[in-house]
Amino acid sequence: MFLIPNAVVRFFHRMASPPHFYAFTDKVMPWLIIVFVLLTGFGLYGGLYLAPSDYQQGDSYRIIYIHVPSAWMSLFIYMVMAISGAIGLVWRIKLAEIVAISSAPIGASFTFIALFTGSLWGKPMWGTWWVWDARLTSELILLFLYLGVIGLYGAIDDKRVASKAVAILALVGVVNIPIIHYSVEWWNTLHQGPTVTKMDKPSIHVSMLIPLLLMALSFKFYYLIALIQRIRIELLQRERNAQWVKAKVSELR
Amino acid sequence: MSLEQFLSMGGYGFYVWTSYGVTFCVLLANIIIPIMQRKQFFVKALKKQKHPL
Repeated sequence: MFLIPNAVVRFFHRMASPPHFYAFTDKVMPWLIIVFVLLTGFGLYGGLYLAPSDYQQGDSYRIIYIHVPSAWMSLFIYMVMAISGAIGLVWRIKLAEIVAISSAPIGASFTFIALFTGSLWGKPMWGTWWVWDARLTSELILLFLYLGVIGLYGAIDDKRVASKAVAILALVGVVNIPIIHYSVEWWNTLHQGPTVTKMDKPSIHVSMLIPLLLMALSFKFYYLIALIQRIRIELLQRERNAQWVKAKVSELR
Repeated sequence: MSLEQFLSMGGYGFYVWTSYGVTFCVLLANIIIPIMQRKQFFVKALKKQKHPL
């Protein structure tokens, strides 16, 4: 712990307490929304209007500005879910359990978007809506993992037991993450290889890259906003008999 | 560039705009659902506080 400044430790300690989390997120939410709207506005303007069309794919490539950030989010959120699930499993921190389960529907949504927009991009470019290519198949498995987590959590009444079960399922599913990432290199079929994450020299022009990165950041902020909303409702439901929730309800009388 | 040209997306308008439209709807649903759940929660909790069994 000596590597982490005391203020940071105190911050996380306070955030783990539901009433503090609730009050804190009330304050930061407007700022998150402002940043999200700005990023999305500039990202879409740059991607749909300013960026030139692709010399091979014409304007159909513009699907990239939601397809790739969604695919990145589908992996990122899965890791958040698995790691916070593990933290909840080991240290029994309630907020970590809630972060894990609240991430699942958002991650499932991004996985669905990645698959759906990929299909709409594949039709004009590959000539098919779907193909059992390694990348597509492993991403579909990711969607099933998310749905499995949501279903399992809903099936167990005791939410603390449910959180344990869900964390174990999420951790087992982590093997799928490197498979998705490397699938385009291991099995070179229809899906194209990475264009951006080749750190030495991304094979994408800067006028296309900037809006893509803006959209990726915008989706990160979206995740934060949607996650906080879901955490808040989950906290209210789990803590409905706690004093701070009763006080919140009394304020409405 | 005219608006018509912009919307046609070089002939790929259907694919591009369906992608963006569906993405928008899914992301919007993820915001609306928790808001509705919160409203429902407070309505129920308020009822219980006013008329405890």
